[in-house]
Amino acid sequence: MKFIDEYQDSKLAKGLAYKIAQRSTKTIRLMEFCGGHTHAILRYGIRQLVPKTVEMKSGPGCPVCVTATADLDKAIALAHLPNVIITTFGDMIRVPGSYSSLQQAKAEGADVRIVYSTIDAVEIAKANPEKAVIFIGIGFETTAPTIAASILKAQQEKIENFRVLSLNKLTPPVIKALLDSGEVKLDGIICPGHVSVIIGSHPYEFIPRDYGVACVISGFEPVDILLCIDKLAEQIERCEPKVEIAYSRGVKPEGNVKARQLMEEVFEVGEANWRGIGIVPQSGLKVRGKYERFDADKAFPVSLKPAREPKGCRCGDIIRGAVIPLECKLFGEVCTPKNPVGPCMVSSEGACAAYYQYRTPENL
Amino acid sequence: MDESVLLAHGSGGKLSHELVEKKFLPFLANPALNKLDDSAVFEASGRLAFTTDSYVVNPIFFPGGDIGKLAVCGTVNDLAMNGARPLYLSLSAIIEEGFLLSELEQVVQSVKKAAEEAEVSIIAGDTKVVNRGQADKLFITTSGVGIISAGVDISGANARVGDKVLLSGTIGDHGIAIMSQREGLKFSMALESDCAPLSKLVSQMLEVSSNVHCLRDPTRGGLATTLNELAWQSNVGIVVEEAKIPVREEVKAACELLGLDPIYVANEGKMVAVVDPADANKILTRMKKNNYGRDAAIIGEVTKEHPGRVVMKTKLGPSRIVDMLSGELLPRIC
Repeated sequence: MKFIDEYQDSKLAKGLAYKIAQRSTKTIRLMEFCGGHTHAILRYGIRQLVPKTVEMKSGPGCPVCVTATADLDKAIALAHLPNVIITTFGDMIRVPGSYSSLQQAKAEGADVRIVYSTIDAVEIAKANPEKAVIFIGIGFETTAPTIAASILKAQQEKIENFRVLSLNKLTPPVIKALLDSGEVKLDGIICPGHVSVIIGSHPYEFIPRDYGVACVISGFEPVDILLCIDKLAEQIERCEPKVEIAYSRGVKPEGNVKARQLMEEVFEVGEANWRGIGIVPQSGLKVRGKYERFDADKAFPVSLKPAREPKGCRCGDIIRGAVIPLECKLFGEVCTPKNPVGPCMVSSEGACAAYYQYRTPENL
Repeated sequence: MDESVLLAHGSGGKLSHELVEKKFLPFLANPALNKLDDSAVFEASGRLAFTTDSYVVNPIFFPGGDIGKLAVCGTVNDLAMNGARPLYLSLSAIIEEGFLLSELEQVVQSVKKAAEEAEVSIIAGDTKVVNRGQADKLFITTSGVGIISAGVDISGANARVGDKVLLSGTIGDHGIAIMSQREGLKFSMALESDCAPLSKLVSQMLEVSSNVHCLRDPTRGGLATTLNELAWQSNVGIVVEEAKIPVREEVKAACELLGLDPIYVANEGKMVAVVDPADANKILTRMKKNNYGRDAAIIGEVTKEHPGRVVMKTKLGPSRIVDMLSGELLPRIC
């Protein structure tokens, strides 16, 4: 694989930053949806490169962060059931729930295992036929096809002890919910790169049409992001909002049809509970009835105490883009990557972790 | 079928002796070890350095090395990082029941090869066998003793304002080579771990300059963590330039794919040197003549500003704080 240096080229980047500065006559408010973008923006100091007239906020695009506390509590309750192995992506185990965490449950004797892919979870199920192996399905349209594939694999290979707790979420409906609330005024959205590889550019078309907000899909290298900001600035200056792809090496307008077919085969769209946002209709993926024997929700109904949020934690507000991490009183003092209070500091894709990890010498 | 290690191999009886005599002694033989006394006896005078480390790498065989090579190089390098010339190592192996004897032999051969290269002898050892599941194939602990020449004073606390920061080569090779082999993450690439003994490189640097202030090998936690340790221990600031840090194309590509930053990825054959600015070029030139230092570069300097902190000038120009790695290095989800 090549073509990385080109996308990190400082001359190219500075040229784009200059072009953006030349173009911008008014303040423009942008949101990067994806946590991967938040990290790249802070890592390369893109906020310092673009003119002050470009305001940038982080959005709800961190899979671990948007998982509601109540859903996390459910995962922890499942972990405590006898003869259950919980499998999950790494960051999830450190996120504090209302009363405990998966890490805490593990220390108390629950069998909680980190996997790098859903297929590993299926393999664990195969190797432990006497136990129920539950995969905690988080993520957006990027992870959903692989989770769907794991359910199909389990069905094909008759692995009857594999279950998925589907907490998967969809991107366009939550963007709609944020725009409907009107809490954060936006002129443009840096649309997610990897999500768009799957869904393509068409699902964003309602955003410029109904809300007049510019949309450009971006890759994850600094030149990608600057190119995206330039395109957004151009659309906004001309008052011609539309959906553009600034990541053509990864995204086709129609997306990945095969991956979406997998998703649609296994999942149906339903409501989902988002941290900081609440229940958003049509924004989650539930396991279809046809595959319900793989659905952990159906197999293990658990009763839960009401969820409670950590005191003073503003992860919910940060996820909505209502405040930035530096505005949270706990940030950097009480709440650090070593002792995280909320999920945005735990996850490697979280906004607080990015702000903490990539602090500038000025804001120490 | 391949023979495997049995619990009886750890009983202390006949099979235990056989294991040592057939699988360890033939490869590691030296006068002190051959005696098979309860402890090894050796002469030494002067200032000694002493260190220990345990190796639990998974997988135990990886491109560019295995747990045996790692266990020797890791401890040799820890001694070298204080300017010590490594002399002797001890080696303890905790073996999981069922581990193949042929694989054990392969590991011990790697130990032999690495020890020969680093010019150290394994003079004490132990083996234990545990029930299946109580260890993951093979764990190795090595301890080492080295001798420090008169006048050499190298410590993480010795960095001075104005010093230059040198890096001996490309970063992230070991971590990415290991990750490429992990279950569920397997991707094929022509990348090998950089696992190597650095003691000779260090002695060559000390031959050309007596103004080497700090040495440290950026293993787990990567370059970022090592620079932070040095800044903190010496109570100075460190400024590095991202564009000057050598990174292989393959590592860059894998990091982009996985959402990782190479400055946090582990190395096993690299070192950071903080040296007097007047000697920096001389030391760099000497490093480049050694195969393990051929990609060496001056990546930054020590500053009075922001003591205890590391600041990186990013490729695009703006500066940012570089923190230690907290938690585990995990690939991104989305």
